[in-house]
Amino acid sequence: MAETPKQITLTIDGKTVTVPDGTTVLQACEKANSPVPFYCYHPGLSIAGNCRICLVEIVGTPKLQIACYTPAANGMVVNTTSDKTLSGRRDVLEFLLINHPLDCPVCDQAGECWLQDYYMQHGLYDPKFNETKQKKPKAVPIGPTVMLDAERCILCSRCVRFTDEISKTGELGIFNRGDHAEVGVQPGKELNNNYSGNVVDICPVGALTDRDFRFKCRVWYLGATNSVCTGCSRGCNIQIHYNRERQWRPHIANGERVMRLKPRYNPDVNKWWMCDEGRYGYKFIDENRLTQVQLRHQGAPKTATWDEGVDLIGATLKRLRDAKQLDQVGVVLSSHLTNEDLFVAKRLFAELGVRQVVFQRPKNGASDNFLLQADKSPNAKGAQALGIAESAEGLLEKAAKGQLKVLWVFTQDLSTIFGEAKIREAAKGLELLVFQGTNDHLTAQLAHVVLPSAVCAEKDGTLTNVDGRVQRIHAALGPWAQSRGDWEIMQDMAARLGVALSYPDAPAIFADLAAREPAFNGLSYQLIGDQGVLLKA
Amino acid sequence: MSTLGEQLLHRIRDAHKRRTLTWWERIYLPAIAQGLWITSMHFWRNLFLHIAHRLGLFRDQPASVTIQYPDQRRITSPRLRTRHRLTKREDGTPRCVACMMCETVCPARCIYIVAGEHPDPNVEKVPKSFDIDLGKCVYCGYCVEACPEDAIRMDTQRHDIAAYSRDGMWLDIKELLNPGTRQFNEPPEKFVQLTPSEFRQLPQTPPPPPPGTGR
Ligand code: SF4
Ligand code: SF4
Ligand code: SF4
Ligand code: SF4
Ligand code: FES
Repeated sequence: MAETPKQITLTIDGKTVTVPDGTTVLQACEKANSPVPFYCYHPGLSIAGNCRICLVEIVGTPKLQIACYTPAANGMVVNTTSDKTLSGRRDVLEFLLINHPLDCPVCDQAGECWLQDYYMQHGLYDPKFNETKQKKPKAVPIGPTVMLDAERCILCSRCVRFTDEISKTGELGIFNRGDHAEVGVQPGKELNNNYSGNVVDICPVGALTDRDFRFKCRVWYLGATNSVCTGCSRGCNIQIHYNRERQWRPHIANGERVMRLKPRYNPDVNKWWMCDEGRYGYKFIDENRLTQVQLRHQGAPKTATWDEGVDLIGATLKRLRDAKQLDQVGVVLSSHLTNEDLFVAKRLFAELGVRQVVFQRPKNGASDNFLLQADKSPNAKGAQALGIAESAEGLLEKAAKGQLKVLWVFTQDLSTIFGEAKIREAAKGLELLVFQGTNDHLTAQLAHVVLPSAVCAEKDGTLTNVDGRVQRIHAALGPWAQSRGDWEIMQDMAARLGVALSYPDAPAIFADLAAREPAFNGLSYQLIGDQGVLLKA
Repeated sequence: MSTLGEQLLHRIRDAHKRRTLTWWERIYLPAIAQGLWITSMHFWRNLFLHIAHRLGLFRDQPASVTIQYPDQRRITSPRLRTRHRLTKREDGTPRCVACMMCETVCPARCIYIVAGEHPDPNVEKVPKSFDIDLGKCVYCGYCVEACPEDAIRMDTQRHDIAAYSRDGMWLDIKELLNPGTRQFNEPPEKFVQLTPSEFRQLPQTPPPPPPGTGR
């Protein structure tokens, strides 16, 4: 029955709004810009209506009604700021706080706690409750990623509904009654599924906190930048939370920059959620990074300047070009590069006359039928859309047979994909193995020239997810140590080789990319915005 | 454009606008006489009062003395903001719960706390390391104001933070918990991390006689 829903009109705080039939009062209030506080309501979950904080006055009904469960009706007159509403809300808050511990100083949620927020907005600062508070289990690890503090729980049941409805694993439940009611894991189980980290996000208070983030950094030290998860090809929309105060507080988390990742709402990709693999897969940004240009060309390895590194590669390529031997040059791009990087690389090598340019995906990994994809490449679709061929296998075989002189590998650790022996063999047959990438691993160690490059969290650009959705990433951090953006390195190389490539920044590259590449025609950063745009099929 | 530049220009113009001295002021003699008068007034007053004190007179009128620092120290008000210390629970662990309120509020950003797990889930959080760089501290006392646990106080009555290097002005957690245990020429153990059981084993020194009580 796909008839368009009837529109109804109601008055909220004197403002008239028109909403489709079936909307709840809470949603209508939001539309009317009269936000109502809520705890148990979550747009991605079923409605429970148990926290009662969303009380509003509806003219004509004697009692206050909960906005999250009351359907809006035609001609309804709702009051969200009347004295009656506010005093009702205050009383509800006081009930919620009856057994709530005074934990804010040690609570990781402090600073982003809805209980704190609403209390500051509506609170009575002198509690009337004189009895002793109920004691409940504190600091209980209920799974590999989540810590439970039952005293802080306000029993909104969001987490329980999440495990029932979204992850469909049902590990959590609310046990006992009345004052003794507490949230917990079902007997013999632990909260361990691909999406368990999300309960921390949806818990409006500090009852469920992240064990990875625990005590690491106070939330008010965090800066947030919109980005896209690079953990798999789904490309869940995220925010990168990094230590904004690192300059003055280098002691936090041993100087790491990224503190945590949080999902960001995108109705077409990940809704409100993200998987644990992606959520906790940010360590590579600060750990085991390549910091300097390294030359192992002749004799002992040594660190070098950018000019030395680029000059060496440039000279080799120039020699081969003059000898018309560019067919002995192979380039293995990576599905971790942004569309901008790939485009600049494509142009550079096309104008040089290097034909053997492919891209390589990382090894497939775990997947499920919700978000997590087996293909772990954040931008394989982008590389395909740019018309770049896939798989480095052929080039490696050629190298092993001695048919290649130069192989330029980007980002991927080919040894984990094709096995260590193959890479060693290929490296032996090559005159120059260049590795341009972010982290140190076997392929980087075998390379004759190592160029450190920036990770996605340090780049501006776009990635294309498994559905062909082009999504924007923003640089949350500056490049690590001496690393540089991939397209900047390639542009440097272009200058050495006399190829005219000089984009000032990522937006300029994308503008040119959209003009030249048919798959990207008509796209722009403005159009992509925060939520991304699908490529033309 | 530059406000700093404007301010500087303003000052220079103001300096030029200075009032010219009168003839009376330009002979300077009255000003010299005035200065001599103030000095000698203090001299005679103190001379008189010290003799009178010997004779048991005017005891309620204080006379100036030179304090023989560092053998003798001045009596300071208990409210004076002096060097920090961390207060302890009965079992010897710090009262501090590493909430980072003081670290956050500190305008000099000279407090560095690394939080750790406390074995008692009702305490939950405890600092592993707690460092204050006194070389940066401006003695504002905001840290004390901000602390919800009365865990940091500025009541040691110590204000001698002289050191041979900037590092010497660094207070590590051991020194903060037991003020005065580190010798003047010992280097601080920057960012030293202790576990709750190590806190309990720290020397439970009776607080050394607070300097600055004058006794
Ligand atoms: S849940 Fe919120 S109100 Fe409760 S202790 Fe934590 S920060 Fe404070
Ligand atoms: S743990 Fe959090 S999400 Fe779960 S019921 Fe309690 S308050 Fe709600
Ligand atoms: S006294 Fe002021 S400057 Fe010194 S540590 Fe405390 S808050 Fe920081
Ligand atoms: S404010 Fe008090 S409890 Fe919090 S970290 Fe500072 S000293 Fe510790
Ligand atoms: S949000 Fe309406 S009852 Fe909880």
